[in-house]
Amino acid sequence: MKYVAGVDVGSTQTKAVIVDENRNIVGRALLDMETSMVTVAEDAFRAALDNAGAAESDVVWVAGTGYGRYKITFGKEQITEISCHARGAVTLFPLTRTVIDIGGQDTKAIRVGPDGKVEDFTMNDKCAAGTGRFLGAASYALEMPLSELGPLALKSTNPVRITTTCTVFAESEIISHLAKGILPEDVLMGVHQAITSRCVSLARRVGIEPEVTFTGGVSRNQAMVKLLEAQLGMPINVSQDAHFCGALGAALFSHDRMFGEGAKAAPAMAEEA
Amino acid sequence: MSTTTTQPATDAAEFNMREEGSRLMKEWYARLSTANERKAPVANVFVMGNAVEILRTFDFELVFPEINSLQTGVRKTSQEYISLSEDYGYSPDVCSYVKADVGLILKENEHPAGLIPKADLAVSSNMCGTFIKWAEIWERWLKTPVFVLDLPGQRAAGWQARPGDAQHAADTRWIEAQFKDLIEKCEKITGKRFDMDRLAEVEERVNKQVDHWNNVMALNQNVPAPYNAMLDGLTYIGIMNVHRGTEEGVEFMRRLEAHTRAKVARGEGRVAEERFRLLFSGTPCYVSMRRLVELFETWGGVFAYSDYLTFAAGGMDAADMRYDTSRPLESLAEVTAMAAHRGLSNQFFAHERLAQQIKDYAVDGIVFHGIKSCRFVSSGMADTREFLNKRLDIPTLYIESDLIDPRYWSDAQIKNRVDAFFEALQQRAGGAPLSRSKTVSA
Repeated sequence: MKYVAGVDVGSTQTKAVIVDENRNIVGRALLDMETSMVTVAEDAFRAALDNAGAAESDVVWVAGTGYGRYKITFGKEQITEISCHARGAVTLFPLTRTVIDIGGQDTKAIRVGPDGKVEDFTMNDKCAAGTGRFLGAASYALEMPLSELGPLALKSTNPVRITTTCTVFAESEIISHLAKGILPEDVLMGVHQAITSRCVSLARRVGIEPEVTFTGGVSRNQAMVKLLEAQLGMPINVSQDAHFCGALGAALFSHDRMFGEGAKAAPAMAEEA
Repeated sequence: MSTTTTQPATDAAEFNMREEGSRLMKEWYARLSTANERKAPVANVFVMGNAVEILRTFDFELVFPEINSLQTGVRKTSQEYISLSEDYGYSPDVCSYVKADVGLILKENEHPAGLIPKADLAVSSNMCGTFIKWAEIWERWLKTPVFVLDLPGQRAAGWQARPGDAQHAADTRWIEAQFKDLIEKCEKITGKRFDMDRLAEVEERVNKQVDHWNNVMALNQNVPAPYNAMLDGLTYIGIMNVHRGTEEGVEFMRRLEAHTRAKVARGEGRVAEERFRLLFSGTPCYVSMRRLVELFETWGGVFAYSDYLTFAAGGMDAADMRYDTSRPLESLAEVTAMAAHRGLSNQFFAHERLAQQIKDYAVDGIVFHGIKSCRFVSSGMADTREFLNKRLDIPTLYIESDLIDPRYWSDAQIKNRVDAFFEALQQRAGGAPLSRSKTVSA
């Protein structure tokens, strides 16, 4: 069996996915970022190979995506995470027309056509408000792991309003609310609401059309999912593989390239100019 | 003002636009650096609504503070000037052109291109709200006499005063009266009498320049585009402003047109393989313009047109923007009234004009560039973008940085957006390279 791979080197984590000739995901890996993007990309790729039980020599094409895509020295192609998240989302949920991806420092909204191709996209610019980094600030201020933030926020009965739009200042605002004796769950719910509001505003710029698919690391946060559904007024798709969506998209473009189907539609490699 | 005429070009291919443009800019800066020493009158002017034609008749050496500021960006020194003004107390939110100019004052007029002379007069206008406040800095710090032209803007959406209607006649009378005041002021400063015949001569030269300019713009409707509107075009616009109404300016534009026609005849494009034709809307990022163009040209994307060229040409790129030299002052007022409307409407009623340019220049997508310095010119972009994207199904890209403040250029973020835009354009085109050819006569 031959395989293809996608490696998504993001700002906080690196994800790798191995896909077989039949387009099945056979291996996954998720590693926290290290100082060396080159090393972490290699480690993630090898961990995904182990997970798949595949040999490196059986992998015929590797595509890189994410901000560190040019650091994937073993990659044969680089594709932006916009194209990759859209591709991954449409593959997981074929009726997807809007993709919301919240990552470590990027939030993006992508509108895709009925054919699954990217029609428009918008991203946060010059500011990490409304991204996973905002949750990172809360995690730091509350001395609580990221995975516990969502469940605790859902216990809130009287959320506070986080007024700052600056991720750096959010931390001091959170601390000042806690100092006033406001319950951590109410502060956290306020943080989640602030992110959701920013994110939905971004999505409205490209036009929100159902179905909406939520991807990226923050999609694992149940409070974010519930708040997004409430603000959008519609259910949203979240896959178990949502976190791997960028890497999956990259792997699927690799599949196109190597195994023919839709080869023409694969974005050509951009040079690192 | 030197009136040396460049020898007419016998062979268009001999014309090196970049060298010639660079030479003219260097000569202009060299003249400026000796202006105070020579006791030549000096005027600060903005690129739009500036009555340069009148100032030329009094032999003013012209300082364009906007061009000085953008040149600090091009020469990668803008940060130094901006920091000086911020250290002084100017907010990071203030226009970076203004801050670079304040930095220039704080550096005692030492500009990377040479010494900038002290001005005897500044002509400002309401074409940009910042112009008025900017001129007040010179007035209060340097005691520069300031003359503010009040140019009527658009009264209602989609409506423009035109020759023949009462509103245009009233606007013209209002502007002409202000020109007469300006002339009186110039006479006092220079000790010279106003010469109407000289104004007609300057206007005749501007007419020729504008004709060549319009032809050069139209020549880029050809596929492949002979030049990049956001790289080569920025050199052209510099000469159009700095040498507006001079013999050298006319000659540059004449040779540029011949050179561009020759390129079109040879089928020579700006990029080796033109795959995507684009339109750039907004103001440039002078500090990283070459880099930005490189990011697009790597994908075979060329900017066939930019509305900045209309904007920075003072709205003069239309067939009816010609001076009637038999009645120079009245005609100057008439054209200024129309150009002012055009320059302003350009930013706020952009969608219909862009829709036309999309057809004229056969573009595949539009790139909007918002700038931190001016939310004013960037604010309508979201609406225009939505209109073009959803109603006309034209792919658009929005990127943001600044005119000259390097702190707002984020290379990885911008490259990511540009690459994603091309990936989408390419998917839209079925993944296959676009192969087209089109010849347009200008």
